[in-house]
Amino acid sequence: MDEHKLRDLIAEVKAGRLSRRGFVQMMVGLGLTAPLAAQMLASAGVAQAQSKLMYKATKRGGGGALKVLWWQGSTLLNPHFAVGTKDQDGSRIFYEPLASWDPDGNLVPILAAEIPSVQNGGVAKDGKSVTWKLKKGVQWHDGKPFTADDVVFNWEYAADPATAATTSGTYKDCKAQKIDSHTVKVTFDKPTPFWADPFVGVRGMIIPKHLFEAFKGGKSREAPGNLKPMGTGPYRFVEFKPGDVVKGELNPGYHMANRPFFDTIEMKGGGDAISAARAVIQTGEFDYAWNMQVEDDILRRMEQGGKGRVDIVAGGNIEHIQLNNTDPWTEVDGERSSIKTKHPFLTDPAVRQALNLLVDRAAVQEQIYGRTGIATANFLNAPPRFVSKNTKWELNIDKANQILEGAGWKKGTDGIRAKDGKKLKLVYQTSINAPRQKNQQIVKQAAAKAGIDMELKSVTASVYFSSDVANPDTYTHFYTDIQMYTTTMTQPDPEQFMRQFLTEEVASKENKWQGRNITRWKSEEYDKLYRAAESELDPVKRAALFIRMNELVIQNVVVIPVVFRPRVSAVGNAMRVEQSGWDSDFWNLPNWYREA
Amino acid sequence: MSKYFLRRVLISIPALLGISLVLFTVLAMAPGDPFEELATNPNVPAEVRLNLRTQFGLDDPLPVRYVRWVTAMLKGDWGFSFTSRVDVSTLIMQRLPTTLFVLGTAQLLGLLVALPIGIYSAVRPYSIFDQIATTFAFIGFSLPTFFTGLLFILFFSIYLDWLPFIYRADLAATGWRWVWEMARQAIMPIAVLGLFQGAAMTRFVRSAVLEVVRLDYVNTARSKGLSEKVTILKHVVRNALIPVVTLVALQIPGVFTGAVITEQIFRVPGIGSLLITAILSNDTPVVMSITFVFSALVVLFNLIADLVYGWLDPRISYR
Repeated sequence: MDEHKLRDLIAEVKAGRLSRRGFVQMMVGLGLTAPLAAQMLASAGVAQAQSKLMYKATKRGGGGALKVLWWQGSTLLNPHFAVGTKDQDGSRIFYEPLASWDPDGNLVPILAAEIPSVQNGGVAKDGKSVTWKLKKGVQWHDGKPFTADDVVFNWEYAADPATAATTSGTYKDCKAQKIDSHTVKVTFDKPTPFWADPFVGVRGMIIPKHLFEAFKGGKSREAPGNLKPMGTGPYRFVEFKPGDVVKGELNPGYHMANRPFFDTIEMKGGGDAISAARAVIQTGEFDYAWNMQVEDDILRRMEQGGKGRVDIVAGGNIEHIQLNNTDPWTEVDGERSSIKTKHPFLTDPAVRQALNLLVDRAAVQEQIYGRTGIATANFLNAPPRFVSKNTKWELNIDKANQILEGAGWKKGTDGIRAKDGKKLKLVYQTSINAPRQKNQQIVKQAAAKAGIDMELKSVTASVYFSSDVANPDTYTHFYTDIQMYTTTMTQPDPEQFMRQFLTEEVASKENKWQGRNITRWKSEEYDKLYRAAESELDPVKRAALFIRMNELVIQNVVVIPVVFRPRVSAVGNAMRVEQSGWDSDFWNLPNWYREA
Repeated sequence: MSKYFLRRVLISIPALLGISLVLFTVLAMAPGDPFEELATNPNVPAEVRLNLRTQFGLDDPLPVRYVRWVTAMLKGDWGFSFTSRVDVSTLIMQRLPTTLFVLGTAQLLGLLVALPIGIYSAVRPYSIFDQIATTFAFIGFSLPTFFTGLLFILFFSIYLDWLPFIYRADLAATGWRWVWEMARQAIMPIAVLGLFQGAAMTRFVRSAVLEVVRLDYVNTARSKGLSEKVTILKHVVRNALIPVVTLVALQIPGVFTGAVITEQIFRVPGIGSLLITAILSNDTPVVMSITFVFSALVVLFNLIADLVYGWLDPRISYR
């Protein structure tokens, strides 16, 4: 879909002929994220949808204890040092960003007074700056006022390389500057369409200047505040035992009226996903549990007559099969899958197309993942209700046979196809994990029917997903023909996510396999589109570029998307929570309540 | 004896050093990196990881790191966890009371079960009671704790809905209510561990008593007209329990490691679960300290067992 068609659609939305949701739905089907689609509408002057708040309680407190389970315990509570979701979520109880992402990809103000836009003058026309107005009257838990100084300090703190903040990627290329006590201007080096990265969502939580000022740079990890958070959030810090428990109590001075509902919060860590599901759904010992990586059959059985239910919301995580473009079996300069080589048969488009027709996504969804993995033809995905029918996948063994036959791959006496002495034999690797091994079996059986022989390989997850340079079995080395894993989308904007197909990102010995282009696919057209999107300010043009990039990846069968994996959490029946696939599980914590 | 003691202590120093060297090297060479998650997260620039590595001294050569670790350890500094930047000693102290409570009670329960059953079985070997006790003991120690643990959870928590299966180190309640809640949550992990220990120990007590019960001096005692009760308790059990005491002493360090799985199942925040999470996140200083403490305990209890053995049975002389 090109720019003109997109503009026509936006005009339809403006005229009221197409619903806002319908538009977002269509964009997601084409491979855009909900937040990007929402941004497109916003910049075109279509008013942003107001997030519906589901909060019904009428007074602050009185809700008793809220008990939540994370099967990985938080290890520290400074959002700028968070390694993974468990730390971000633990911090989010106490700290807040300027704004959060709702499930539909709209920005919701938290510490900001309003969401900046081109219309209200918050976002500069040249895309080089954004001005945030802060909410007034917000206090830190110790009673000190929250001001622009705190926001500016967070930028200084995270951008300083000596601090070694995990959020530094977000802050190092921008500059924050105080306009007045409650206004901050963020300036970017170059036009930045995704201005909503600093101070927003999981990487945007703000820590108080007066407590962390002395611990900027090299001493950053010595700060007592890293273990005793003091923020602006709905709950005040009570106790923290790394890897075990985080406890908080109601913040009587919280800046949202009548919130929060619960008197205390306890976030318990450790254990495994199945027993966490059991504690919420079956016995009701806990109110909420995070990230239910459990086979759907088991979850369904627990739900029958249980005290809880499963809550599913889509994000951008995608389980996909990667096809190697380089030769994993020939060593060049001490490295296999070297960019200097070409894969003997996966470079033949016919073989790629055939493989794409042999992956039975429906069977994978039905037999393995159920509601927790939805068959998809796209690399970029979002909530299930948004998935359109514009892109397609199919399982067609006859067609795969025809394509291979037509391309000159003839079946030998052993039933395996060959051409010019090269046999269609390949090694398929993934991590050890029951659903993945089942998937390998399904794919292998279909491939055998098309004359492709697959050898299955499985690697322990701790090795497969490690960054160990010396270990040839990591997924980044990719020393096999095809491989499968889930790649996570940690930001609502697809820019970072789509880097993984850039030529400059090719993983190799030279960059210690840190490059993110693991399939080693090279496309000048893709690179050009990406460069253009990076600084394209018009969200419509930019969206058209991302749509085209996604199409290139799918058409060339660089990867075969299998299922996208929504976020699954377990919630007690009386609990009212709202999840977003684009932010922390606690993005809406002040509004959680329990029905009487 | 003091000379023997001194010699044994002196021998254990190089032994511990050797153990620490092996542990350190193995951990340093094992695949994985404490900042691995940072490396795979596209939003974290590579410099952050490199910066942290230098800040935490991970890029120094192995011998330098080892010497630094040993000297710090000698001064009582156990280092800090890479993932939380909390001192390892603090982390261990946070979890030690829970571990001691759960494990200590379980061990006690095991003994309380094993002693009477084992002795009674031995006094009447091949009786119906003995047959039943033996069968249960075999079932008991051949079933792994992760299986019995799950069985308990399914039955008591889910089917009957009597007990909670998630252990919380800091209950909100106070007074009697606290005691009650604590007992309710601790009963399953303690029972699972205690019965497992008890089953194995029953067998041991039985065979130890069986060996003594047939000796001549027991018959002499009986022929003097002593009651059966006095004969068994004063003459048989006292002597039979000498090897049992050593066994219990030697088992104590093993219990710490053996509880890892039980702690994981019931989410008991003890040392075992700390070790597991540290291993999974490649948090070397924590893994190093805990495993080293375990090995030091093994060495220590070996020594204690030897000393106790000699004290109980003076025929064993120290040279």
